[in-house]
Amino acid sequence: MTAARRLLTNWLPLYAALYIAFLYLPILLLPVFSFNTSAVPKFPLTGLTLKWYESLPHTPALLDAAWNSLVVGFAAAVVSTLLGICAARALTRYRFPGQRAASSLIMAPLVLPEIIVAVSLLLVLLQLGLSLSLFTVVLGHVLICIPYSVTVLTSGFEGFDRSLEEASTDLGETAFGTFRRVTLPMVAPAIISSLLVSFTISLDDFIMAFFLSGTDTTLPVYIWGQLRFAAKLPSVLALGSLLLVGSFVLLTFAEIMRRRAERRTRNTGGAFV
Amino acid sequence: MIEISSVSRSYGAFKALDNASLSITKGEFFSLLGPSGCGKTTLLRMIAGFDTPTSGTISVDGQPMDGIPANRRPTNMVFQSYAIFPHLNVAQNVAYGLKRLRLPSAEEKRRVEEALAQVSLSGLDARGATELSGGQRQRVALARALVMRPKVLLLDEPLSALDKKLREQMQVELRRLQQAVGITFVLVTHDQYEALGMSDRIAVMFGGRIAQVAAPKEIYQRPVNRQVADFLGGMNFVKAEIVEENAASITVDTTGFGRVRTDKPQAFVRNGKAATLGIRPERLRVLWDDATSPHEVSGKVVDRHYFGEITHLIVEVPGLEKPLSVSETNNFGADDIPVGAPIRLAYDPDALVAMAD
Repeated sequence: MTAARRLLTNWLPLYAALYIAFLYLPILLLPVFSFNTSAVPKFPLTGLTLKWYESLPHTPALLDAAWNSLVVGFAAAVVSTLLGICAARALTRYRFPGQRAASSLIMAPLVLPEIIVAVSLLLVLLQLGLSLSLFTVVLGHVLICIPYSVTVLTSGFEGFDRSLEEASTDLGETAFGTFRRVTLPMVAPAIISSLLVSFTISLDDFIMAFFLSGTDTTLPVYIWGQLRFAAKLPSVLALGSLLLVGSFVLLTFAEIMRRRAERRTRNTGGAFV
Repeated sequence: MIEISSVSRSYGAFKALDNASLSITKGEFFSLLGPSGCGKTTLLRMIAGFDTPTSGTISVDGQPMDGIPANRRPTNMVFQSYAIFPHLNVAQNVAYGLKRLRLPSAEEKRRVEEALAQVSLSGLDARGATELSGGQRQRVALARALVMRPKVLLLDEPLSALDKKLREQMQVELRRLQQAVGITFVLVTHDQYEALGMSDRIAVMFGGRIAQVAAPKEIYQRPVNRQVADFLGGMNFVKAEIVEENAASITVDTTGFGRVRTDKPQAFVRNGKAATLGIRPERLRVLWDDATSPHEVSGKVVDRHYFGEITHLIVEVPGLEKPLSVSETNNFGADDIPVGAPIRLAYDPDALVAMAD
């Protein structure tokens, strides 16, 4: 083993640990300060309390924003998953001219600066004479959710043995019946996963919501507004912690479903006894 | 039962099937045999309705199948991958096609159980599709197709995924099942033993064309050309010259086997004077000690290969271009014949077959 190699082997784990700490420790500070009695987020902690959490349900503006976020998240999740099913099916099943281009364009919102997309969308919507509302927020969210939906759904549709659909047709089932009785149940976990991922992305998104919402705001926009008042900070921390836990649970569940979908379509071969 | 008239299928410039005509009778176990890419699977999929002929017609039970989609044809298929629905259990898989018939539930249950009993899977109704062994999956695929009571059952390489022992056992069972249900079976396979062991008749295909259609014994013993002969097993080829040909027989001159008169194979197409005489390795018998035969050739052992129950002897015969391959059972000590030893071989003139070059 060379000296450089030994150096790497010894120090790489430490580097990795520091890197992960830099990524995730700040997020952990959020819940820590949300239980602090002092309104100023500063160490040392002055004492434990739940009062910031208790105050949350008594803030009507917050409840409105939360409700708006749920509605927008649900709508964006359903629309982007429906569109994602069509795209994933087309991309995995058929070979057609422009397939690579189509696939890249679907994925483009992942790498485009979101603020650029949001501003362009705002201009277009205003040109079209649409007034800003939760509906326009949903449009923006569908745009940024679709790459995730398509990715998750493609892994559900890929490796799907085509002869399963042929077998269904052979047994007398129509094309629609085959989709309903074979294709859909097999990719159901992927669909659920896509719904959860899209919902989470919509719930957390700030930029699209900031540019495209009218008088009705979503939760992230509300939080941003509250940050201007120092006294409101602890409540925002409490709310942020709740969102953090909710997103984490949803995404974990989504990943479990995605893996199950993958197993289901790949592992059609049984054990040879 | 199935009439295939001048069916061709092209994919661009590639002709997967070239003017194939075939007639399969009711209740027959019919095999399409050939190497991969010979068009056998294409033909099967066209009968099922998953592929459409470029030209020609397929009719099943007197009814032309043009424009009839796969889900409305009186055929059912056992897929090579079995295509068992992984999200359903055994009984749900078998009942899949019946659901559309909206039978009373007792009747549906009875038919599912009957189908499972036919393939010896009774009692496994609730077993999940992913908990089945390869052999069981194949039986479920069979039951799922048979429960629909099709006029024709199509089988696409159904045994290729099984190991050797199970494959041999399933060959016997498939044959027994076909005789029990009396449905026309059309099997696609590249394995000549499978085709020979199960079929009433075999169509041998090469390069999109049907080379020969006949009963297994006829195909094996009277192949129409060297390609068919070769595909069905070992064959010694000897150069021959046609001296006389009439409706029933052919007389040829050879070095080594002399003048031979044999039955004319069906579809024999003469091509000048040259022909080939063939004899299977197991139709040459070693003559021990003083034994004699009215028909014998003599030569010298140049090589020997041991295969357990049999030994292959490679015998050089003066006057023959290539040495003869002889397959002899080991119960008389063929495995002990030393290389270099002189040897005499007996043959039955009926075992010699003339083939067009």
